[in-house]
Amino acid sequence: MRASLFITCYNDTLFPETGRAVVTLLERLGVELDFQPQQTCCGQMHANTGFRAEAFSQAKRFVRIYQDAEAVVIPSSSCAAMIREQYAGLFEELGNDSLRKDFAALLPRVHELSEYLIDRLGVEDVGAYFPHRVTYHASCHGLRSLQLGDRPARLLAKVRGLDLVALPNLDRCCGFGGTFSVKNAEVSSAMLAVKLQDVASTRAEFCTALDNSCLMHLGGAMHRQYAGMRTIHMAEILASTESVSAEALQ
Amino acid sequence: MSQAAAGHPVLDPTLAPPFPVAALPVLRNPQLRKNVAHAIDVIQAKRARLVEEKTDWQALRTAGAAIREHALENLGAYLEQFEARCIAAGGIVHWAADAADARRITLEILRQENAAEVIKIKSMTTAEIQLNPHLEAAGIGVFETDLAEIILQLGREEPSHIVVPALHVNRSQVREIFARSMGLKDLSDDPHALTAAARNYLRRKFLDIPIAISGANFLIAETGAVAVVESEGNGRMCLTLPRTMITIAGIEKVLPRYQDLEVMLQVLARSATGERMNPYTSLWTGVTPGDGPQRFHVILLDNGRSQILARKTERQTLRCIRCAACMNACPVYRQTGGHAYGSVYPGPIGAILTPQLMQMHHAQSLPYASSLCGACYEVCPVKINIPEVLIELRAQVTDQERKQVRRFFDPMYLGMRVAGLLFSRAWLFHAAQRLGRFGLRFFTGKDGWIHSLPGLGGKWTQTRDLRGLPAQTFHAWWAERSKEAR
Repeated sequence: MRASLFITCYNDTLFPETGRAVVTLLERLGVELDFQPQQTCCGQMHANTGFRAEAFSQAKRFVRIYQDAEAVVIPSSSCAAMIREQYAGLFEELGNDSLRKDFAALLPRVHELSEYLIDRLGVEDVGAYFPHRVTYHASCHGLRSLQLGDRPARLLAKVRGLDLVALPNLDRCCGFGGTFSVKNAEVSSAMLAVKLQDVASTRAEFCTALDNSCLMHLGGAMHRQYAGMRTIHMAEILASTESVSAEALQ
Repeated sequence: MSQAAAGHPVLDPTLAPPFPVAALPVLRNPQLRKNVAHAIDVIQAKRARLVEEKTDWQALRTAGAAIREHALENLGAYLEQFEARCIAAGGIVHWAADAADARRITLEILRQENAAEVIKIKSMTTAEIQLNPHLEAAGIGVFETDLAEIILQLGREEPSHIVVPALHVNRSQVREIFARSMGLKDLSDDPHALTAAARNYLRRKFLDIPIAISGANFLIAETGAVAVVESEGNGRMCLTLPRTMITIAGIEKVLPRYQDLEVMLQVLARSATGERMNPYTSLWTGVTPGDGPQRFHVILLDNGRSQILARKTERQTLRCIRCAACMNACPVYRQTGGHAYGSVYPGPIGAILTPQLMQMHHAQSLPYASSLCGACYEVCPVKINIPEVLIELRAQVTDQERKQVRRFFDPMYLGMRVAGLLFSRAWLFHAAQRLGRFGLRFFTGKDGWIHSLPGLGGKWTQTRDLRGLPAQTFHAWWAERSKEAR
């Protein structure tokens, strides 16, 4: 099994530990990973803010970089959703035939991390150990765009020592929304306050998700408030074992 | 100080402040936020139960979308058919190009009728064209008959929701409004007492005023019928007692066949109020001698709709059947309520409909009043992909604004342009990461976190910390690891 890791621009810059965890996890499962050094961004930020030309040029770059990959793994549900939901429209409007064709051929090989583990590798028990109380935040893109369903829960259920607590109002947005968190900072913060009440009600030590953008939002507020809980990307939970803890992976 | 800042909402998109500004007074108003969250949580829970029991719900949504899309694709033909059938049944059909046109036609009819007063069935379209203030300015007394609309009219409040317009007002506030405006100083806040007060007020209007104005939920091309669905029966009163009825309907409201109501009424009631069927569904076709209004006018309103119809992605906006499921599901609306949207159409549908009705000249902040979470699309009974339209409108706003000289150094535009350049070459991106790490070091505390940033970044740090940039990016780690392996 070979796969190419698309780390995404903000994981590369802000959350390299998530990328290292994906490497540890997938190599443990026998995947031969490669990393295309010319990769940058999927174009989500530009597309969702209305900068279509910039988004197109990044989308095109993505297709050109990965068109020969056996599989592309993305540890970010919103970036995977961007590719799946918006690329076709961008290429329809601004692309040419060869780009559209190459993208159509590539798309079935583009996977969010939990999809890759369950649908491509066919594993639920990844051999992880994480002795903590954890709640799972289903990011909107994972829930509605990618329809990840119970994949994350199935993966977490097999982690030894992990006490999974259901998060109330699982389908409600945390208020991040990319540039929304800055353009509508106050409304975003009000949404965040409501979400944090739900997270706090679980009395979990960790809030996990498959998207560091939601976690950056939730974690930023937890840190500000000395909330006594932390956020952690699910890849880091799945990568940790009895011999190598999540902290050691950081 | 703007009116919004003073706490009084402005629902005229040409005058309303931008969404983030208009939202502020609501965010600081605990009673309003509690009223809104409580009301939509109740409706949402009822809707969820009734959607779950419907095993063919997704098929119904697909059918609803297909019926509406087919009607829009053949709108011209169906409107002409509606017009012909309505005239054949004794109705009079008027065409209004815009709001001013519709108001002028309405006023002409009222003048012909020598009307000094008029009663109204709850209608979003008449709110859209700001009919009430114009009629009042022309000396005509306008009386709403929907209970929530009465509360708003008597309390001089603005609607904050398209199905439950007084959703932001709670029972004790209703008591206060009724007691004050009806002169009932001993009125209790018991629901029975409040309803009795409203009934008493309404009965006299129904008996005294012989002319009514309505909107329409649907126009049936096949028969020339107009359909209105409601919960209280006050609309039914307006449809039976007066001698003259004027219906003002957007041109997109047409359904091809009578049978299409089978799907539309099922999805509408469940989505709007969480009911299997709404209590009152009234259909009237032209004039029936000796039964109901003997003079019947329909004003078919365009007001920007033809332009929306012509656009590929945006056309789906016109499928909307005004059920409000999108605003009930919206986490943004749940915090802000309707007034922040500065339009009679709030919530996700308002965020896409209002700027388009304004032909992208006003309400430019509305397409950004969404975190793109997709809850609206998930519940929409006619499958309007609201996030897709929001993104399309954002692209149009950006294309307009980025040409403006004054936006050149706007931090958002500058930042997005620079980011676009950085993402075009990996080496540029990596250089920017290094520069960013160096620059942010001055803002990073001893705990490794950033607590305060200037400029746009300050919008983040006003409520959230940001972890300082890690010493090594992922790609640098990978490169180092690959070198060691060799």
